[in-house]
Amino acid sequence: MGKTECTLSMSKVSLKDFFGKDMATRDAYGHILVELGKNNPHIVVLDADLSCSTKTALFAKNFPERFFNMGIAEQDMMGTAAGLALSGKIPFASTFAIFATGRAWEQIRQTICYSNANVKIVATHGGITVGEDGATHQALEDVALMRVIPTMTVIVPADAYETAQCIVSASEYYGPVYIRLGRAKVPSILPEEYNFKIGKAYIFKMGKEVNIIANGIMLAEALKASEILNKDGISTGVINFSTVKPLDEESLLEIAKSSKLIITAEEHSVIGGLGSAVSEFLSENYPVKIKRIGVKDTFGCSGSWKELLKHYGLTAENIVKVVRENLK
Amino acid sequence: MADLSFLREMARKLRVEILKMLTKAGSGHTGGSLSAVDIVTALYFYKMRHDPKNPKWEGRDRFVLSKGHAAPLLYAVLALCGYFDLSVLQTLRQINSPLQGHPCCKSLPGIEVSTGSLGQGLSVANGLALGLKLNRSLSRVYCLLGDGEIQEGQVWEAAMTASHYKLDNLCAIIDNNDLQIDGACREVMNIYPIDEKFKAFGWHVIKIDGHNMEEIITALDEAEQIMNKPSLILAKTIKGKGVSIFEGKAKYHGVAPTSEELEIALKELNNGKN
Repeated sequence: MGKTECTLSMSKVSLKDFFGKDMATRDAYGHILVELGKNNPHIVVLDADLSCSTKTALFAKNFPERFFNMGIAEQDMMGTAAGLALSGKIPFASTFAIFATGRAWEQIRQTICYSNANVKIVATHGGITVGEDGATHQALEDVALMRVIPTMTVIVPADAYETAQCIVSASEYYGPVYIRLGRAKVPSILPEEYNFKIGKAYIFKMGKEVNIIANGIMLAEALKASEILNKDGISTGVINFSTVKPLDEESLLEIAKSSKLIITAEEHSVIGGLGSAVSEFLSENYPVKIKRIGVKDTFGCSGSWKELLKHYGLTAENIVKVVRENLK
Repeated sequence: MADLSFLREMARKLRVEILKMLTKAGSGHTGGSLSAVDIVTALYFYKMRHDPKNPKWEGRDRFVLSKGHAAPLLYAVLALCGYFDLSVLQTLRQINSPLQGHPCCKSLPGIEVSTGSLGQGLSVANGLALGLKLNRSLSRVYCLLGDGEIQEGQVWEAAMTASHYKLDNLCAIIDNNDLQIDGACREVMNIYPIDEKFKAFGWHVIKIDGHNMEEIITALDEAEQIMNKPSLILAKTIKGKGVSIFEGKAKYHGVAPTSEELEIALKELNNGKN
């Protein structure tokens, strides 16, 4: 396993470069992929004519012989990625989240997951922060679509530092992984000592009354909301659930035991995503009042991403409002 | 040079095993398993480098059964090659059997990838071919498709890819038995001309009689010599081939033989022998 160790130590050096950076998670992806490519000759990358947007173009420039542009053909891309994986490569397949998970869902289920092919699907442009392109390009269902498939791991990182770490982790884990990234520039959130582990939640602070379980872009909003609520004397915690599957059930139980109210916050439909996963587990194992914040069973629309977050209630202000309305 | 009489005998044995396992299972795809028997026999007993005792041997050639419903054919050939015991064939489609209704690579040695949802195998074969090239491997990839299957759009995405990346280590074979579940391919959704379509996509196309063993092996040898482009063997076949009562009948696409039909079939295949 000499190669893996080498990858680990070299990546650790470069991972620190991503700490404290305000940048889009897709940009972090583009850069860490190049680092991975340098350290592991088995890394190959596929894209479906969106390499400039998904940032895989950086890898393509550095390792043209290991980059495959598949054209606008997501289904073929997923199948080809499976074949590459079955020949011993570690393929990263990228496109927009809606096309990766929607257009090619059955290829992911039948060919990748049912064969347990070692494919990493890293989709960018998840959620409504795609902005002006509107509903056709805003994936609000991708986490649900991936979560339902057996063997699939689903990760929604919050910032550049976490993205870089989860990409490295995915490359070292054997099996299909879905990682959802965003288009918009996001603030640095996670502390320097943060160490991403697949399936492990990260507790910023445990609240005694309210706990906000969030991932992706909503983690920053959750932290802002908790500040306001704590100032108001409502003991509020924040937990990063970047891995939606496998769900960190142990942490979830611990959180539930410390909560009068749990809020889930995600840039996704309230159906099928993080809020659903948390609700499913807790309703069966430790029922606590839960309110899910997300997009309410509707399509997105055009607008600037900041306006859209407000429009759909994906803000710290709305989290605070929901907490006040639901905390007796 | 290939021993044609040996190959023909193996094909006959394959047909016998396929029919016996399908009858025992009580369901499954008879017609499309029988139509591709001669092609698959030539692949496993003549052309492909593979080691039944070491199914994951790096130097093996890869076979992708894109028309996954012909699973009984794949299971039978793997058993006859010695990947597992012939008796396992009798568990086809039963609970806890490694012989799933459609091939599952997690449960059975010798299966490269799980298939069954049509239209997906050629993409996987492309990925394998790309990966083998990156590994500087001399192994080749064979992919068997149904003719009705090429109605799936993904097949044409993959046809573009194979040509674009000059996958000369890939040979696709279409089992052109001309029938799909709902009837004749040209009536359900016309697929013709298949040869012209693939030529237009940049493939080297070889047309053969898919039941003539000599033509099959000559085509497989020719495909190996083609440089800088993928090859397609368009094999004209007869659904249900080898058993008169099944031949050319769409009805037997997805129906297993009854025990009476099996008796008639075995008599014909054994040609008076037991």
